Amino acid sequence: MPTQQQTVDEILDLAAAQFKVPREKLSPDDDFFKKLGIDSLQALSLLTRLEQHFNVELPDYELQGVSDFRTLAERIQARL
Amino acid sequence: MKAFSGQTISWELKSGVLEVALHREPCNEIGMQSLEELEQLVSALPVLEESAHALIVYSKHAPGFCAGGDLRELYHGMQRMEKKAALAGIRDFHQRIHHVMNTLDACPLTTIAAVHGIVFGGGLELALVCDLIVADKTARFCFPELRLGLIPGFGGIPRLKRDLGNAVVRDLLLTGRSFNVTKAQQIGLVSQVVAEGEALRVARGTAAQLGKFDRQTAVEAKRFIKPIPYDELRQEIDVVCDLYARPAVEAALKKFVESTDAQPYLP
Repeated sequence: MPTQQQTVDEILDLAAAQFKVPREKLSPDDDFFKKLGIDSLQALSLLTRLEQHFNVELPDYELQGVSDFRTLAERIQARL
Repeated sequence: MKAFSGQTISWELKSGVLEVALHREPCNEIGMQSLEELEQLVSALPVLEESAHALIVYSKHAPGFCAGGDLRELYHGMQRMEKKAALAGIRDFHQRIHHVMNTLDACPLTTIAAVHGIVFGGGLELALVCDLIVADKTARFCFPELRLGLIPGFGGIPRLKRDLGNAVVRDLLLTGRSFNVTKAQQIGLVSQVVAEGEALRVARGTAAQLGKFDRQTAVEAKRFIKPIPYDELRQEIDVVCDLYARPAVEAALKKFVESTDAQPYLP
């Protein structure tokens, strides 16, 4: 099982690639809505990609109020 | 009319395949204009069916297949009317969209929904009337209506119950959670999962294959295996209209429409 740091790093890599943001500009405590410039529908597309990458099912209500990469990684980590 | 180009949908009949494109910004929300153009489609079907064997419905917009009913149009429409007139309008809209969905469901053509991205609410209900769903890996499905104090109103529950197990229906309906294409294929909703951007191409390939079969046999097979749950569909309209009469629904719609939250889909 990956460490939480590895999970955060993988999320940042995926988010940077999906939304074409330089990887070095993203850090774990960033608000991903603001930093990636995405709306709720685009956030769902990120969720889909993360579920497929980590092979987990993450109900979207678990992401209610979650907007930073680190907490997102915690939610995913809890299902690995 | 072998081709039509409207404000929200277009269609073209090519090589026996009727391709219906959804193209209303931002994500093909179904409002009055969409309803009227869908009604034109189902009115044209009897003639189109004479020279077609398959129908494909797909979206031209990147966010997804269809985000469902146009809640903003619905809410603002309700604000402009007396409550009684608004409820009568809602019932009329649901009866008309049910006619469209039922006609597509019973259509003798083999129907394929080629979906990607957002397939929510009425969008999922539109996909559910099709015989096959081909989905790319970005597809995400959801019945979010309970979040608004409603149930799906375009025939979703009876059709989901017809096609899948009741426990699956309860999970999707009662939690209102969205789920990805892997889950959708696991539960039997999606017949083929394809790479991002490939759903329409694969649907076209499937439709071409279907053209090799005896048409009448395909029509009989569909009629035999796909009963339309008319009684439950009629009950659904009554339940939905009763729910719309509750103040909680209008309050939930107001909250959704006026929300500046980054996650209005996650109330």
